[in-house]
Amino acid sequence: MNRTKGDEEEYWNSSKFKAFTFDDEDDELSQLKESKRAVNSLRDFVDDDDDDDDLERVSWSGEPVGSRTRPGSFQSLSDALSDTSAKSYAPELGRPKGEYRDYSNDWSPSDTVRRLRKGKVCSLERFRSLQDKLQLLEEAVSMHDGNVITAVLIFLKRTLSKEILFRELEVRQVALRHLIHFLKEIGDQKLLLDLFRFLDRTEELALSHYREHLNIRDPDKRKEFLKTCIGLPFSAEDSAHIQDHYTLLERQIIIEANDRHLESAGQTEIFRKHPRKASILNMPLVTTLFYSCFYHYTEAEGTFSSPINLKKTFKIPDKQYVLTALAARAKLRAWNDVDALFTTKNWLGYTKKRAPIGFHRVVEILHKNNAPVQILQEYVNLVEDVDTKLNLATKFKCHDVVIDTCRDLKDRQQLLAYRSKVDKGSAEEEKIDALLSSSQIRWKN
Amino acid sequence: MTSPIPLPPPHGWMLPPLIFKPASNATSTSLESIWNQPPPKLPGKKDLFIEADLMSPLDRIANVSILKQHEVDKLYKVENKPALSSSEQLCFLVRPRIKNMRYIASLVNADKLAGRTRKYKVIFSPQKFYACEMVLEEEGIYGDVSCDEWAFSLLPLDVDLLSMELPEFFRDYFLEGDQRWINTVAQALHLLSTLYGPFPNCYGIGRCAKMAYELWRNLEEEEDGETKGRRPEIGHIFLLDRDVDFVTALCSQVVYEGLVDDTFRIKCGSVDFGPEVTSSDKSLKVLLNAEDKVFNEIRNEHFSNVFGFLSQKARNLQAQYDRRRGMDIKQMKNFVSQELKGLKQEHRLLSLHIGACESIMKKKTKQDFQELIKTEHALLEGFNIRESTSYIEEHIDQQVSPIESLRLMCLLSITENGLIPKDYRSLKTQYLQSYGPEHLLTFSNLRRAGLLTEQAPGDTLTAVESKVSKLVTDKAAGKITDAFSSLAKRSNFRAISKKLNLIPRVDGEYDLKVPRDMAYVFSGAYVPLSCRIIEQVLERRSWQGLDEVVRLLNCSDFAFTDMTKEDKASSESLRLILVVFLGGCTFSEISALRFLGREKGYRFIFLTTAVTNSARLMEAMSEVKA
Repeated sequence: MNRTKGDEEEYWNSSKFKAFTFDDEDDELSQLKESKRAVNSLRDFVDDDDDDDDLERVSWSGEPVGSRTRPGSFQSLSDALSDTSAKSYAPELGRPKGEYRDYSNDWSPSDTVRRLRKGKVCSLERFRSLQDKLQLLEEAVSMHDGNVITAVLIFLKRTLSKEILFRELEVRQVALRHLIHFLKEIGDQKLLLDLFRFLDRTEELALSHYREHLNIRDPDKRKEFLKTCIGLPFSAEDSAHIQDHYTLLERQIIIEANDRHLESAGQTEIFRKHPRKASILNMPLVTTLFYSCFYHYTEAEGTFSSPINLKKTFKIPDKQYVLTALAARAKLRAWNDVDALFTTKNWLGYTKKRAPIGFHRVVEILHKNNAPVQILQEYVNLVEDVDTKLNLATKFKCHDVVIDTCRDLKDRQQLLAYRSKVDKGSAEEEKIDALLSSSQIRWKN
Repeated sequence: MTSPIPLPPPHGWMLPPLIFKPASNATSTSLESIWNQPPPKLPGKKDLFIEADLMSPLDRIANVSILKQHEVDKLYKVENKPALSSSEQLCFLVRPRIKNMRYIASLVNADKLAGRTRKYKVIFSPQKFYACEMVLEEEGIYGDVSCDEWAFSLLPLDVDLLSMELPEFFRDYFLEGDQRWINTVAQALHLLSTLYGPFPNCYGIGRCAKMAYELWRNLEEEEDGETKGRRPEIGHIFLLDRDVDFVTALCSQVVYEGLVDDTFRIKCGSVDFGPEVTSSDKSLKVLLNAEDKVFNEIRNEHFSNVFGFLSQKARNLQAQYDRRRGMDIKQMKNFVSQELKGLKQEHRLLSLHIGACESIMKKKTKQDFQELIKTEHALLEGFNIRESTSYIEEHIDQQVSPIESLRLMCLLSITENGLIPKDYRSLKTQYLQSYGPEHLLTFSNLRRAGLLTEQAPGDTLTAVESKVSKLVTDKAAGKITDAFSSLAKRSNFRAISKKLNLIPRVDGEYDLKVPRDMAYVFSGAYVPLSCRIIEQVLERRSWQGLDEVVRLLNCSDFAFTDMTKEDKASSESLRLILVVFLGGCTFSEISALRFLGREKGYRFIFLTTAVTNSARLMEAMSEVKA
């Protein structure tokens, strides 16, 4: 990298670097600098030559920097150990020009990158040919410091057309990842999308666009934005999710407006008894279903807020539907609804209890919602597996179920053991005693 | 062996006291130096704005009175609100993040608009990034603010634990592939080698580990001479990438310290115990480290042992109190002046940890911990996959916890080399329905990081199908794989587990009171992979014979050994091992290695980018609402 004298002169005379000539004779300039320094409370130079490099700072773009860095935590830690190492850094102006050789710009790409890593003075402006730029980038990548890679990328982004930049990065994955992350962080969505488009990364392009909805507060605007996402090149599976997201928010907006009105009118019993704790906007589908089972359980399928409508629109599986409806109705202590949820009629008109989620789960959910023992008991009895049934009955103190099950199992020992768990003089105790003294039962133990 | 295995006492001689004293006043001078040393000197009164994430680390080394000494008038949190500071000087102590720059710019530009001039100083910790300067320039405040760096990158959380307190390392590197913190790690290693001499034996595994190591070597060469001729004090150093072992970090923790972290979140070595623990109406901030004598004895224990230990301890305490009954005046005087304070302290600690245990028990019973652990163990061992899958499904359907559901799915994915497409689709759909459609983005993140993947169609397609699909989508498929290839790779967990014998065969009960191997940190069901690798390499002093494991870990190019011929290392130093976790380590891993150290006569010191656990990893991957 040989520079001609002309280059050098041009460099020193360009306005950007003028601040660094530190001309001794130029009092005005040094005064100006001094006051600027005072303003920025920065310090330029130390008298200790060894530390020169650490203390002079210029940004990568060649601008003078109003700062400098402490020489790292080692310094500070050793300072902690001994006072003697605490140097006094006093600004010292008017050093001979020769000392500022460091500002010269004939660093090789690898030297430049090394200096960048240390946060030192370094101009990148002289890397003008594509070859030089790429060499610089490769040096940065091979040094592994992401901060330097990004610094070089910022320079390349500014000095290369995006087509060329993208083309070169496509074959440089490490650098590419850094650029993508950088664009995400500074929020340059436009360039990011261009980049994904160029790379033909359609799915990332779509997701990146979709991500923006998170920044939109207003529900109607958000809904409109989601609509623009529907046609994007998501995977088939994700396309369906995006469509659902849009539909869900659309429903929520309708339900919210309607219910807010109902609530404030104060005419509807359910809203009076159970005022809404939060808006339903932007809630997940399952939460919306719960809400709808809570406030709109009996509505006909035709209304947007009815649970059945939600179930159909979003193809909610039976299991999920029952689970959610059960939790909602149990919370309201609407035991009849709970009962109806599991009652099926066969073609002869007989009713039968069936639960797609298993009755042990039903019991647990009922218990979580503080269902009374009589209700719990009914469902514990429906648990098929005897051990599970006994466990649940014991756990939730469904005495009758425990006693009856022990009797059916002819398990005298277990019944005897259970006797100590019921209250003295209670009906349960009497029932146990009656069984234990019964001569009708052939106990197995 | 009696049930609690106490840690060997911290050996001051092993390392200079500065680092190895748990941070109290020892390092406060490094903070003072920010204010004392000339460049950042901002004489006069100033208001200090601190980024929330820096508050806990700062808490460990400074207090309000120190700040007052430095003429800090008011303290503000950096948040997205206009600041009502009336000070003539504003100082910002922040992580080098774009959003912080924008915040500062908004303050400065608002001042400019109002015709107000004041001084601004931004102190970046641990270092400044060029991207931040670029934002300052773009916002037109470059030159209006002065910048500085505070290389506060090593916080000693305990006698054997140094944290860089950089939780974002995980997402930045393992998700985004951004290498910005590698230099910080290299600097930290450089600092340690200047303090403790060269490291004669170096080992590492992982792409990031290798890069950090190379950058650090460069640094050492550049600053040649500083460590030359010094006697090494740390015999071995081991660098390990978090993605070499995601499984361990995803498991529920059951050793006491890990459980406390999972339940209450230990932040910078201290924990906030709420009223349910303190059995008063106040919360209490408690420092958890080796200085807490009660904690020190139970921290590495399996939770099932902790109760017994605490009640024994309580009885002993009672007995010591009771001794005063038969005392005469003089003895009583001695007792009060010499022992009572210690007993009271112990009493206080004891009741705190008992309270914590009770609270943990309550929470764990409520969430049916037993069933959860059972599922995890089944996943680790690879049986009943269908049953585990439906357990996870139910977990999701009942909206138990978005983070927990995600964690279980990731565990299923990594142990099974990806979910079969049908399960992937159905779990994902249910997850989005339960926890919100925007988690589509979370799934995309998890996939890129290799935490939650779908078994490649190629694995299951018939020959004809794959031929056809190849013809049709070769180009597109290539692009897509490119996009996702980023850092993700096949986990091969099952094969690795077999090779390294991670699932111990146990006849009868595993006695958690007398652990026989590191598996005790997971109730005897699983030896943490990361710790097993470290154990094997230390045993061999190389990667020899581990080629297959390294290949299965996709680390063929990233497993390295570097030994210096000098035999200046004393046998004492050779027992001391520095383990560096890139991307975070868990308390369970620390406990397991402490155990290994006791068994083999090593002593481990840990350097981690942050202490982590499954919830933190999942949160780092979650797409948060803006």
